[in-house]
Amino acid sequence: MEALAGAAGWLAANPLTFLGAVGDHLMLSLVGLGLGILVALPLGVAVAHRPRLAEAAIAGAGALRTIPSLAVLAALLPLLGVGFTPSVLALALLALPPVLVNTVTGLRGADRAALDAARGLGMGAVRRALQVELPLASPLVFAGLRIAAVQVVSAAALATFIGGGGLGDLVTQGLALLDTGRMLVGAVAIALLALATEAGFGLLERHLARRMGGA
Amino acid sequence: MIELRGLTKRWPGADRAAVDEVTLSVPEGTSCALIGPSGSGKTTTLRMVNRLVEPSGGSLRIAGEDALKQDPVRLRRGIGYVIQEVGLFPHRSVAENVATVPRLLGWADARIKARVEEVLTLTGLDPARFAARRPHQLSGGERQRVGVARALAGDPPVLLMDEPFGAVDPVVRGRLQEEVLRLLKTLRKTVLVVTHDLEEAVRLGDAVAVLRDGRMAQHAPAAEMLARPADGFVAEFLGSDRALKRLALLPAVAARREGRAEGEALPPGASLRDALAALLARGTKAVPLADGGVATLDAVAEAGAPMSAAAAGPAGSP
Repeated sequence: MEALAGAAGWLAANPLTFLGAVGDHLMLSLVGLGLGILVALPLGVAVAHRPRLAEAAIAGAGALRTIPSLAVLAALLPLLGVGFTPSVLALALLALPPVLVNTVTGLRGADRAALDAARGLGMGAVRRALQVELPLASPLVFAGLRIAAVQVVSAAALATFIGGGGLGDLVTQGLALLDTGRMLVGAVAIALLALATEAGFGLLERHLARRMGGA
Repeated sequence: MIELRGLTKRWPGADRAAVDEVTLSVPEGTSCALIGPSGSGKTTTLRMVNRLVEPSGGSLRIAGEDALKQDPVRLRRGIGYVIQEVGLFPHRSVAENVATVPRLLGWADARIKARVEEVLTLTGLDPARFAARRPHQLSGGERQRVGVARALAGDPPVLLMDEPFGAVDPVVRGRLQEEVLRLLKTLRKTVLVVTHDLEEAVRLGDAVAVLRDGRMAQHAPAAEMLARPADGFVAEFLGSDRALKRLALLPAVAARREGRAEGEALPPGASLRDALAALLARGTKAVPLADGGVATLDAVAEAGAPMSAAAAGPAGSP
């Protein structure tokens, strides 16, 4: 109770600091996620129909996934220094595996007959990918995006360790200053943000599934 | 007109060609059924015509033009393509599916809309009821109709069909075959159809081509092939009841004799098979024909005999 009161007190006293941290957190997450998708999606499309490359990509993604987020952040520190950029790059690396794996799996599982018909009717490769393959793979691709988004939003809390800012700052500052209220505001906000991301993507996913009908 | 000359497909690493110097021509406005056991290369042959499979040798002309010199993607837009699994795009409505090729051809929206309604009607689907539906809301037969409508939408002179009615139940299949056959004849399309079902081949193909191990075993009008199989393989493939199957292709009037008989007359387009069936079912020696006269058991046997000159059908090999 006391801790909650402390949190409320801190929040009432520092609304701008809080909002700034939320903004930084969202910016880190969005840019990191966007960058990851920008790399993973085209890569997935490119390798999906080349069995050997696809396997290599999935194995690579699996390896990347097993490395803890904090280790990725720490490993980037000597290479890229501190601040926003290395944090965003680390988050992009985290977003990569789920998007890549789900894109490859989704594309490989897409209805063969529909693809054959698309080719046979005279659709070129790019049109096939955009108008048939990706829409058919979209439920899985979207599930990959959801996983990636939740991971990135959670992991963005660690950006504070390499000076990337965000809600993680409130937690580390709270710890350092023994300010439980500040720490709690940061922790709860991170958790809520992750839950909201999951729920939001879940809603979008259901909407998409309805639009796709029985596909 | 589809013209294959010495068309060959060799897959890398295979010890024999999948399709070995197949020569075949399908005259404009006619249909040819490609048939053969599995692995005989019939689907590969079909897929070389729209270059989903790139030929390793030989030449291919469609409507007089060298199809191997054209851009394959453009070539395919001028060739209708129907497959067993239909392959409708599940995320698109029936109308959008049918509009695929017209869109690729860059038609104006109004023209596309009119054409979609036109081909849906042609294939027996009421546009008002079906245009907005999704493929998963259709029955198997309706789906296959949409597949045919989609293939016809760009008004291609040539149509390729790979086991087009293989996935629908037998009752629907018979009706679909009948309707599509009539439609393609009316539209004067040149059709190459792959099937493993002999009855279907005989029903759909003006000519039938039997493939064996990638080579052409025989290519002839259906009635002629059933009467005179080129060799033991073709004879066995056609079955020991081939003379019976052939009766379905010959008109009942070929067995016409003067005379009168009791009972209902056969309908005008009846075949010798219908006449034989009526004779057996009624247990009589003669059944009346629509335009007068009767068909007798003896006359049916005579007209249906493979060597009968009267019943040789459209003579000559293509």
